[in-house]
Amino acid sequence: MTQPITQQRKAVSLISGGLDSMLATQAMLDQGIHVEGINFYTGFCVEGHTHAIRKKDKAKPKRNNALWVAEQLGIKLHIIDIIDEYKDVVINPKHGYGSNMNPCLDCKCFMVRKAHEWIEAHGFDFIITGEVVGQRPMSQRRDTMPVIQRESGAEDRLLRPLCAKILPATLPEREGWVDREKLFDFNGRGRKPQIALAKKMGISDFAQPSGGCCFLTDAAYSSKLADLWSARGERRYELDDIMLLKVGRHLRPRAHFKIIVGREEGENRFLEGYRKQFTHMYTISHPGPLVLLDGEANDDDLQLAAQLAARFSQGKGADTVRVELHEKGAAKRELDVVPLTNEEIPLEWYL
Amino acid sequence: MSHHQLDARRVLCPMPVIRTQNFVAKLPPGDTVDVLCTDPGALHDIPAWCRIHGHEIIRTQEQEGELMISVRVGASPD
Ligand code: SF4
Repeated sequence: MTQPITQQRKAVSLISGGLDSMLATQAMLDQGIHVEGINFYTGFCVEGHTHAIRKKDKAKPKRNNALWVAEQLGIKLHIIDIIDEYKDVVINPKHGYGSNMNPCLDCKCFMVRKAHEWIEAHGFDFIITGEVVGQRPMSQRRDTMPVIQRESGAEDRLLRPLCAKILPATLPEREGWVDREKLFDFNGRGRKPQIALAKKMGISDFAQPSGGCCFLTDAAYSSKLADLWSARGERRYELDDIMLLKVGRHLRPRAHFKIIVGREEGENRFLEGYRKQFTHMYTISHPGPLVLLDGEANDDDLQLAAQLAARFSQGKGADTVRVELHEKGAAKRELDVVPLTNEEIPLEWYL
Repeated sequence: MSHHQLDARRVLCPMPVIRTQNFVAKLPPGDTVDVLCTDPGALHDIPAWCRIHGHEIIRTQEQEGELMISVRVGASPD
């Protein structure tokens, strides 16, 4: 009798671009598993954007960490746009938010569910993540690990190589596709075991994300998102909204409108792309930023916005500043305004 | 063998890569695509994506803030 040829098992790895998913993937490759990466783009990812937008960041490498990790590991990477479907996760998280607007547990369940759909569609056997028990207060706790397995539908086809030894054996371990003994028992917030493993695996260059993988863990960003929802009277967003929250100074002088002020050339250029959609203005007597106005504004409001635009221009010390105003659906006009002083701008206006 | 154009202007990374990936997935090996973009991050990401998936960058050009990255679809199925 001939021996059946052992089939090479296939896993998809959730690649965030950070060290943990890199280590988990390498651990599987070391066990002869065929691994491909999957990376989800929610619109909130820290990846690239702000570098691409802000000119002062130009010198920094603009690499996409997930792609870079995949290349280091020698695996394929599939980047999946989940912008629309993800809205429901952010707007109605069943398990609530973390310390900011980060719905980490729902987010993990959602991503693993998408990965599970992907393996079913592509004939892969299981899913791996770089999760570590106790690493994050919301999504990576001992009691949330089974929640992710259950709610994603992945059940025991979800393997976390970095902490597998302290969790119940999953299908790939029970079937002998992977050797449980060679997996790890990391737990807690410490990073030492990961750093040591990286060294052992010969991985020396890696991104160390602090806090989280997306803007929703950022307090300033979250408060701008909360403001957007409260101003609109409903929890809703489009991709443009959440991109704009990453750019410029945001001030809300009145409940019914806010302004977005470019802070430097790169941001101004980015905001220029939105001119058609927004009432906008810029100073013409002095160099100054582009200012977008989001909301409804009457003549008094436009006057106030122009005075703010003047304040953020190089004419802030001048007696008057001339502002060119492009009101949505109206002919452009010019306003001569007195720049507001710092004292006239309440701190609460800054979002 | 056909030649295609893909517009990924005014979207930020990783959208240009995602659009390239989804477009290339429908093409046979040997076809070529000119991807037009405005986010300079694409100059880094699209070649990285091509290296990973076995596609070839034929050339990259930059003109008045617009980038054109030309890709030849490789043999490896995605
Ligand atoms: S930090 Fe953001 S991307 Fe990461 S799990 Fe939390 S919500 Fe999801």
